[in-house]
Amino acid sequence: MKFVPVPIICINYAASAHYKRMKNENSKKIIPIGLVVGLANGLFGAGGGTLLVPALQKFLKLDTHKSHATALAVILPLSVISAFIYIWGVDVDWKVVMLVSAGGVCGGVIGAKLLNKLAGWWLNILFGLFLAVGSVRMLFA
Amino acid sequence: MWYVLAGLAAGIVSGMGIGGGAILIPALTIFLGINQQNAQHINLLYFIPTALIALRVHKKNDNNEKKGLLPLILWGLPGAITGSLIAVKIDANYLRKGFAIFLLAMAFYEITKGYQKWKSQRSNHSKTSSKKPTPTEK
Repeated sequence: MKFVPVPIICINYAASAHYKRMKNENSKKIIPIGLVVGLANGLFGAGGGTLLVPALQKFLKLDTHKSHATALAVILPLSVISAFIYIWGVDVDWKVVMLVSAGGVCGGVIGAKLLNKLAGWWLNILFGLFLAVGSVRMLFA
Repeated sequence: MWYVLAGLAAGIVSGMGIGGGAILIPALTIFLGINQQNAQHINLLYFIPTALIALRVHKKNDNNEKKGLLPLILWGLPGAITGSLIAVKIDANYLRKGFAIFLLAMAFYEITKGYQKWKSQRSNHSKTSSKKPTPTEK
């Protein structure tokens, strides 16, 4: 626990060095976006991408498909570091992890291929309804 | 077997980059009775190979935006570290409730977004079909 601030400071130093070099409108928005997305992703173990996709679209003006792919690339390292902290903090059931990952890898390929083919309002509605049902069940279960 | 299926469904959503974890975590906690922290770390670990492979596909389709990627990651890291340190320490029940509220907010956002997309699609369609331009509110 004592050593946690050290990497944070190093990382922030590197980030601010980058920030100084960029000097445009977008770079200012990157800081809160990055911090909030990282925090949510670490705290809830999920959802960073869901936050990041609209943020990329709205503030960095990326188009829809690009922002989805970019969100993946950003969330990946954040998930790696969060996963390390979880492994250190809680007991990991490796068997379940393997099983879920096996399904996830296949699904990941399918999803990434589908992204270019289908997108649309119904996908958002369907996904939103699923989340609503899930959240209500989790609140009252 | 159910674990693989849950992973598959979540992987499809993850690969599209709209948050497979939001599907996987409720599935694991509600249907398979896994505790919140465990479900979260399963999601984080599962995400690593899934995202890697999805990114490879995206790379082939040339959907990646390199500019601004690195600073986003760098600023995300302190957030990620803080968030996961809190998550590891906090009581599972509170975490679950917090997560549920987070999900609800996401659900609300997704549905409004879908509705707006639908509306704009329809107005575009009517614009092209009829010559008379309709005054739009925004």
